[in-house]
Amino acid sequence: MKVLAAMSGGVDSAVAAARAVEAGHDVTGVHLALSRMPGLFRSGSRGCCTVEDSLDARKAAGLLGIPFYVWDFSAQFTEAVVDDFVSEYAAGRTPNPCMRCNERIKFAALLDRALELGFDAVVTGHYANVVDGPDGTPELHRASAWAKDQSYVLGVLTTEQLRHALFPLGDTPSKDLVRAEAERRGLGVANKPDSHDICFIPEGDTRDWLADRIPMTEGDIVDTDGAVIGHHDGAQAFTVGQRKGLNLGVPSADGRPRFVLQVKPATNEVVVGPKEDLDIAEIGGARFSWAGNDPVTSGFAAATDDGFDEFDCEVQIRAHADPEPAVAFQRDGEIIVRPNEPLNGVATGQTAVLYVGTRVIGQFTIDRTISATANVH
Amino acid sequence: MAYFDHAATSPMPAAVIDAWTSAVHLRGNASAIHRDGQKSRLLWEEGRDQLSAAIGANPFDVTLTGSGTEAINLAIKGLFWGRNGTPAEREPGAALPRPRVLTTEAEHHAALDTVHWLAQAEGAIVEFVRVDETGTVDLADLAAKLGDDVALVTTLWTNNEVGTIQPVAEIVALASAAGVPVHLDAVATLGYTAIDFANSGLAALSVSAHKVGGPVGVGALAVSRDWSIIPLIHGGSQQRLRSGSLDAAGVFAAGLAAQIATSAIDTKAARLSALRDRLATGILAAVPGATLRGHATNRSPGNVHVTIPGLNSASALFLLDEAGHSVSAGSACTAGVHAPSHVLRAMDVADDEGALRFTLGLENSESDIDALLRILPSIVARTTT
Repeated sequence: MKVLAAMSGGVDSAVAAARAVEAGHDVTGVHLALSRMPGLFRSGSRGCCTVEDSLDARKAAGLLGIPFYVWDFSAQFTEAVVDDFVSEYAAGRTPNPCMRCNERIKFAALLDRALELGFDAVVTGHYANVVDGPDGTPELHRASAWAKDQSYVLGVLTTEQLRHALFPLGDTPSKDLVRAEAERRGLGVANKPDSHDICFIPEGDTRDWLADRIPMTEGDIVDTDGAVIGHHDGAQAFTVGQRKGLNLGVPSADGRPRFVLQVKPATNEVVVGPKEDLDIAEIGGARFSWAGNDPVTSGFAAATDDGFDEFDCEVQIRAHADPEPAVAFQRDGEIIVRPNEPLNGVATGQTAVLYVGTRVIGQFTIDRTISATANVH
Repeated sequence: MAYFDHAATSPMPAAVIDAWTSAVHLRGNASAIHRDGQKSRLLWEEGRDQLSAAIGANPFDVTLTGSGTEAINLAIKGLFWGRNGTPAEREPGAALPRPRVLTTEAEHHAALDTVHWLAQAEGAIVEFVRVDETGTVDLADLAAKLGDDVALVTTLWTNNEVGTIQPVAEIVALASAAGVPVHLDAVATLGYTAIDFANSGLAALSVSAHKVGGPVGVGALAVSRDWSIIPLIHGGSQQRLRSGSLDAAGVFAAGLAAQIATSAIDTKAARLSALRDRLATGILAAVPGATLRGHATNRSPGNVHVTIPGLNSASALFLLDEAGHSVSAGSACTAGVHAPSHVLRAMDVADDEGALRFTLGLENSESDIDALLRILPSIVARTTT
């Protein structure tokens, strides 16, 4: 196949490109410029997006003997990922920008451009597997190395996108092996640190960064009864489940720590309470997609007038959260998930990814939650 | 399969490769007293003689530098300090006698970033002389801006992006009447248009060897004895205006490259112009919406620069590269990304116009041009929204 390898400058994408070359594909490397004003040096735990990273990617491509280009997606990235991130927070939700980037940039803007220019697929260094299902429709599965599995952030990919995605690292048992392989291949990026911060927030301080972009006004921190127990500098800087940074002078009546239960931009209130009030019995969302065949076509659920009936699955609500057994069904255009045990710390705006075994079935953006304790409204 | 990016760098002729690689075998430092040193020195002198002859300058007035960019920095900063005194010579807080620097917004970054540095570090006042939609300096605006307090005028002789050739004689005449020195960046001129520095009235002129098939790492600045230039690089005083060991092999090769590039220059320019016009005419006929940028007639014989509304230059360059054609978008890049061209902006070209720059050399043939013209329309169609 003629494939386009997205190369961030990090070790994973370099080894993924190398494996694509070794597998006999006709590989071209491309680095996505996501900022018009990139930082010069790599800093902290960011693994991409600086001039230094771009040059690392160029060098790795040169060592692999593949052509390499830098393509400018900064305008699309700003609109689809950065602006979306800000507006989601401004609305009191907690978005996942990496998923948005996969959905709108890597497997949309980049993939579209790749297909237009005659490529068959985009190669990335994600840890996940795509396999052909019984009817030939692609299926997305967790990586062999559970600890590195990134299928969650790929849960937004649709059938068509999966058909044109190649993840050569999916069956690698550990990241150490990828680093060793980079070393053995002389790719020069073997010892680069893993990236785990948000790439467009160079200082790593999301709250400060948001404060420069969202007009924030002081407001009240209230308990679940509505009693004012503190003040904040702007509700939008808070995330459900957050414990630090509340600066409540008065301890709670029972002395137990308090957590952010709800962010209400409309009234500029932050609702806090005990940990058990974070428990969520039901989540729902109308913005969903299926990674391959839908639950009915896959034979997991019975079809109904509303879509599909209850089926057993697992739900994962963060990149590094454990999957929780649940039932999912569709009603009134919405995907609804009821976990067997309450979920803890769910924020609207997060993405719920549904699994059956290792297979990713699909995802939806959480629009609403129902508290298990009924103390949060 | 052809190379259309000679303005970025030009292939080295076999004779230059031979000259360069044979000279590298010499072991003496060209400033050393012994005969080994003398042999190296002679090669360096021969190289400088040939390079000087190629630009019509007295060899002793030509300073060899490490790049065209360094030559431009030396000219602009050196002339500015020559006209205003160095910071060490000036009274603290004293006003600069000639703070204004005149240039255009369509310059190469080697000049633009240098004048901006002078503004920040030295308090220079940078004023941009208007260029018209062809990139040509507005002489009336230049005349209006000239004055006693102008340190220097610096501009491109030949615009590196769009190929426009400036009215050099008129610029020099206006500046000379006002007693102001002129520096010209002639990096894109050498080898395409005859240069006669000694009779030009210019204060300084910079060139670069690798643009004409010499080695990367050799630039040169010709300086008139009428003007004082303060050096940037201090040390062993190997040259009057630049310290650092003399690059005997590089300068020897650069001299030969310049000699080859400028011999029979009229014949060469005529041949390149014919290729250029064949390409430009072909593009304008076959690519809807394409506009030839730069001046229609006062342009480099080797430059075809077109813009197309909605063209994604990066995608088009990729497909051209894949088909074996090395082409450029013309503008400077940051981390490999092409920013909207400041040159095109100075010429009032809209940002949504995607640019393609083809710069030709003598090894290009009519069949190269025709092969390019066969695939270009479909590539543009595929990469235009």
